[in-house]
Amino acid sequence: MSAPGFDVERIRKDFPVLGRELPGGRSLVYLDSGNSSQKPTQVIETMRDHLTWHYGNVGRALHVLGSESTEAYEAARDKIAAFVKAPSRDEIVFTKNASEALNLVAYAFGNPVGEDERFRIGPGDEIVISEMEHHSNIVPWQLLAQRTGATLRWFPVTDEGRLDIGGLEELVNERTKIVSIAHQSNVLGTVNSVSPILARVREVGALMMLDASQSVPHQPVDVTELGVDFVAFTGHKMVGPSGIGVLWGRRELLDAMPPFLGGGEMIEAVWMDRSTYAPVPHKFEAGTPPIVEAIGLGAAADYLTAVGMDQIKAHEKELVAYALEALPEVPGLRIIGPRTPIARGGTISFTLEGIHPHDVGQILDDVYGIAVRVGHHCARPLHLRFGIPATTRASFYLYNTTAEIDALVRGLHHVQKVFG
Amino acid sequence: MIGESMYQELILEHYKHPQGRGLREPYDAEVHHVNPTCGDEVTLRVKVADGGKVLDVSYDGQGCSISQAAASVLHELATGSTVDESLSVVDEFTRLMQGRGQVEPDEDVLGDAVAFAGVAKFPARVKCALLAWMAYKDALMRSQG
Ligand SMILES: Cc1ncc(COP(=O)(O)O)c(C=O)c1O
Repeated sequence: MSAPGFDVERIRKDFPVLGRELPGGRSLVYLDSGNSSQKPTQVIETMRDHLTWHYGNVGRALHVLGSESTEAYEAARDKIAAFVKAPSRDEIVFTKNASEALNLVAYAFGNPVGEDERFRIGPGDEIVISEMEHHSNIVPWQLLAQRTGATLRWFPVTDEGRLDIGGLEELVNERTKIVSIAHQSNVLGTVNSVSPILARVREVGALMMLDASQSVPHQPVDVTELGVDFVAFTGHKMVGPSGIGVLWGRRELLDAMPPFLGGGEMIEAVWMDRSTYAPVPHKFEAGTPPIVEAIGLGAAADYLTAVGMDQIKAHEKELVAYALEALPEVPGLRIIGPRTPIARGGTISFTLEGIHPHDVGQILDDVYGIAVRVGHHCARPLHLRFGIPATTRASFYLYNTTAEIDALVRGLHHVQKVFG
Repeated sequence: MIGESMYQELILEHYKHPQGRGLREPYDAEVHHVNPTCGDEVTLRVKVADGGKVLDVSYDGQGCSISQAAASVLHELATGSTVDESLSVVDEFTRLMQGRGQVEPDEDVLGDAVAFAGVAKFPARVKCALLAWMAYKDALMRSQG
């Protein structure tokens, strides 16, 4: 059973690595796309073609190669804008990854270079995140709080792995400057409901950012429909290359923010004692950008669009429903996160009683060629919340199959045998 | 089946039946070491007699089979030997672990610890194997301090 028109076997052929043999003759079962996804031929070839025939620096070279590169780089921006339904292409800022996009916004606050009231912050002001965040959506805000004397606060997480918004009214209040939370958790799989939080954010006149690193690759995301102020995501998790990420922000806010890094391309005019800045998005893109990576990300968006984000979402929903049925058959297995396939994505973290995740991951890899992630997945506070040092995480994507979930379950039974 | 060669019977045996586990009195020094990448941790105590004989190595901790078994093997090898002898075992074990699988282990020096030779081929796990051993070296330094 699969979404109509969705042929996972055909999709798998687009990803050469999935047909690779691992040392010892094992075949690869790649269940670590939440960490980083594999790349289809279409992305690899687009990047190779650009590097081979069209490469030059962007924005500053007048020759044929320079203009072909500039055109392809800016075309990638158009593709990304269309992919997340941004009202304007100028609202798409290329960064190096999601972490940089989050930092860019955090550094806009409490910066004397900026004058806009909405980004002024100091003692008594509050920043709100959640307990289920990736370190990339925690540390930049901790640093902001340290720099400015503002207070960092957070939504707790329920035992089921959902955001606990019971205290919303108190937590988000007149002192709040920004709320930044994950759209989808990289550990629990939970997809957070944005609208109730956003409604409160608007009531108190704060700003809202979403870390969409785990949602943009897996479901249709429409930034206008979401209605938030900033959205961050990262190329390597959405079949694109590493080294490229995206910040989407409302034009009017991006205009009001001070620049982040200074350098070439982000200026309008420079004197020895001062500068004026280029209009957005270039104001935030100092120096030679990751040109080929941006172009590869554009190809990734084309690829995902051609497959269909609705189809991908439906396929992953089937996979996660199947896995949520199959995994609890393994004795001693405890899922950390929602146990129903509702408002959750294809990421399942779990513990095996008495067996350390490192041992689980090692046996799965070495004996079965199954790649999972083990550890705290850059979400240590969430693991502390559940009183566990680490989990094993299987994460699914468009190219995964129910047969691979069967292999995982078989592998886990074997792990039990070795360590039980 | 590469992986199971890393999980030598002896390692699994020590993991399932750890020797000398639990923190004991008396002791000269206590240290706490963690492996920040995976959260493995060990608390380790040493008691050394005047003549340099290691009277006890006691420990407690949590972590993967490799880190826990390595602590158990360490306890067996170090307890009853001298500070100097045990430090030369630590050095040989460290050399083996950091050898990327290219080092021929000296069985006479290492005894049971030679079972960890396979771990050296897995860079991500080397720190697990070394955790308790580095803690032991640290504790000895402090006890002599
Ligand atoms: C939810 C979430 N946020 C942020 C990140 C950081 O992405 P990057 O490492 O590409 O900056 C990740 C990926 O690890 C993630 O899963």
